[in-house]
Amino acid sequence: MAIIEVEDLVKHYGEQRAANGVSFTVDEGEIFGILGPNGAGKTTTVECVEGLRTRDAGRVSVMGLDPARDVKELRQVLGIQLQESRLPDRMRVGEALDLYRSFYRSPADPGRLIESLGLGAKRKTPFGKLSGGQQQRLSIALALIGNPRVAVLDELTTGLDPQARRDTWDLIEQVRDSGVTIVLVTHFMDEAERLCDRLAVIDAGKVVAVDTPAGLTARVSAEQRVRFRPSADFPDALLLDLPEVAAVERNGSQVVVAGSGNLLQAVASVLARSHIVAADLRVEQVSLDDAFVALTGKPVES
Amino acid sequence: MSSLLKLTAAEARLFVRDPTSLVIGLLLPTVILVGLGAVPILREPSADMGGVRFVDYFAPSVIVMSVAVIGLTTLPAVMAGYRERGVLRRMRTTPAHPAKLLVAQLIVNVAAALASALLVVVAGRLAYGVPLPQNPLGFALAFVLGITAVFAIGMLVAAVAGTARAASGISTVLFMSVMFFGGVYLPRFMLPDAVARVGDYVPPGVQTLLDSWNGESPDPVQLLAMAAIAVAAGAASARIFKWE
Repeated sequence: MAIIEVEDLVKHYGEQRAANGVSFTVDEGEIFGILGPNGAGKTTTVECVEGLRTRDAGRVSVMGLDPARDVKELRQVLGIQLQESRLPDRMRVGEALDLYRSFYRSPADPGRLIESLGLGAKRKTPFGKLSGGQQQRLSIALALIGNPRVAVLDELTTGLDPQARRDTWDLIEQVRDSGVTIVLVTHFMDEAERLCDRLAVIDAGKVVAVDTPAGLTARVSAEQRVRFRPSADFPDALLLDLPEVAAVERNGSQVVVAGSGNLLQAVASVLARSHIVAADLRVEQVSLDDAFVALTGKPVES
Repeated sequence: MSSLLKLTAAEARLFVRDPTSLVIGLLLPTVILVGLGAVPILREPSADMGGVRFVDYFAPSVIVMSVAVIGLTTLPAVMAGYRERGVLRRMRTTPAHPAKLLVAQLIVNVAAALASALLVVVAGRLAYGVPLPQNPLGFALAFVLGITAVFAIGMLVAAVAGTARAASGISTVLFMSVMFFGGVYLPRFMLPDAVARVGDYVPPGVQTLLDSWNGESPDPVQLLAMAAIAVAAGAASARIFKWE
């Protein structure tokens, strides 16, 4: 069931159209990713959904509420984590949660939230003394303190170290498992691939594709590559004769086979029949990165 | 309502935890008055000041300082810092409007300015027998209008400054002017007459404080000027305040 519906959303700044007819729906209980290069209109789109900006045209509904009209009601049920939003340095973790809790009609239990976000030992620590990862977790906690049914998280893991990123990802999955629908704005492919049930790829103010991460990569190309070092020499024709194989390349002692379908199975059985052992065998598939470049014509990184 | 109470409590805690605002805003004016009063000659009646002692004459100027430090430096810097750090923006994502945060800031800073001024009056009285304001009603009126005018100007700075740095740049100029016209740098009898007359109309209106302190009625035109400045600056800041 759709919990967010966006239809033909348009928002311009002067002459420039930041969102130029954006449409997508988010289903209840999923992690929905919004992916796009910098300046593609991701943040503008999300801000129109959040009611932080007023759209110029189109229809937006979040749990049946119109962000342009029912913003007061929306604030009670929508949690928002903003990019680069800090707290006063001297405000303590526990105080911040207690304060933000008082803004909501039926807030979450701050004690449980603090524990589930791994900030239990930091309750009395001032914001300025927290690490980047801890500040980010507090920011997520503040987005969840109102017990929202939908949470929008913008550039969640930018600036975090690899361990903190992975911890944050686990956390987001826990939040989803607790029944919160999550909209995740990101420009990290690994993050999108790991977390998102479905993704909207936005480019130049338009949605160019909505699909699962696997669906997006399959859409671009079904090509796979198998690499290995053979234990004995063999003619290329041995593999080229297989219907699954499109090309064979040699790279020093390494062989690279490109093809589709059940490529690995086909290559491995032919080699076994010829008593050749394939060392360092690896299968490479088209990544979401490749899919993204194919869809938008540019890499996602800023 | 309970969220405004919580916000005010939170802002008060932050004010008290900041040593700069605490020492400079709350204590420095009193320390200056007590320090100057320790010089014996400043406790002698002087003809320059119409036969009163320097400490008596200077006390209203120290109150100008109390009000100016908090209203023109602390308040705009904190609000601009909140804008810069995204605190206002984060508030916009919650059911509480960031205007509540501004109201909480005003409550805390007005209370601090009151406390600072009260400290000056009490310390002057206890240490050097500086008389309490002789026209208490007039003094209260002058103080309320003066503090409102100064805070309205501080709000105007807070309304537009994008960063804490920008705010402190603008406020420093305003602060120095208010202090100069308020006779903090040079006692007002040493200022050229024209400058002193202009100073009558510069918030918070040191002459109205001095007059009412001495038991006279504060000049109604000067009081009206403070009210007009308060309304104009307050309305302008409300119109242009940037909430993120």
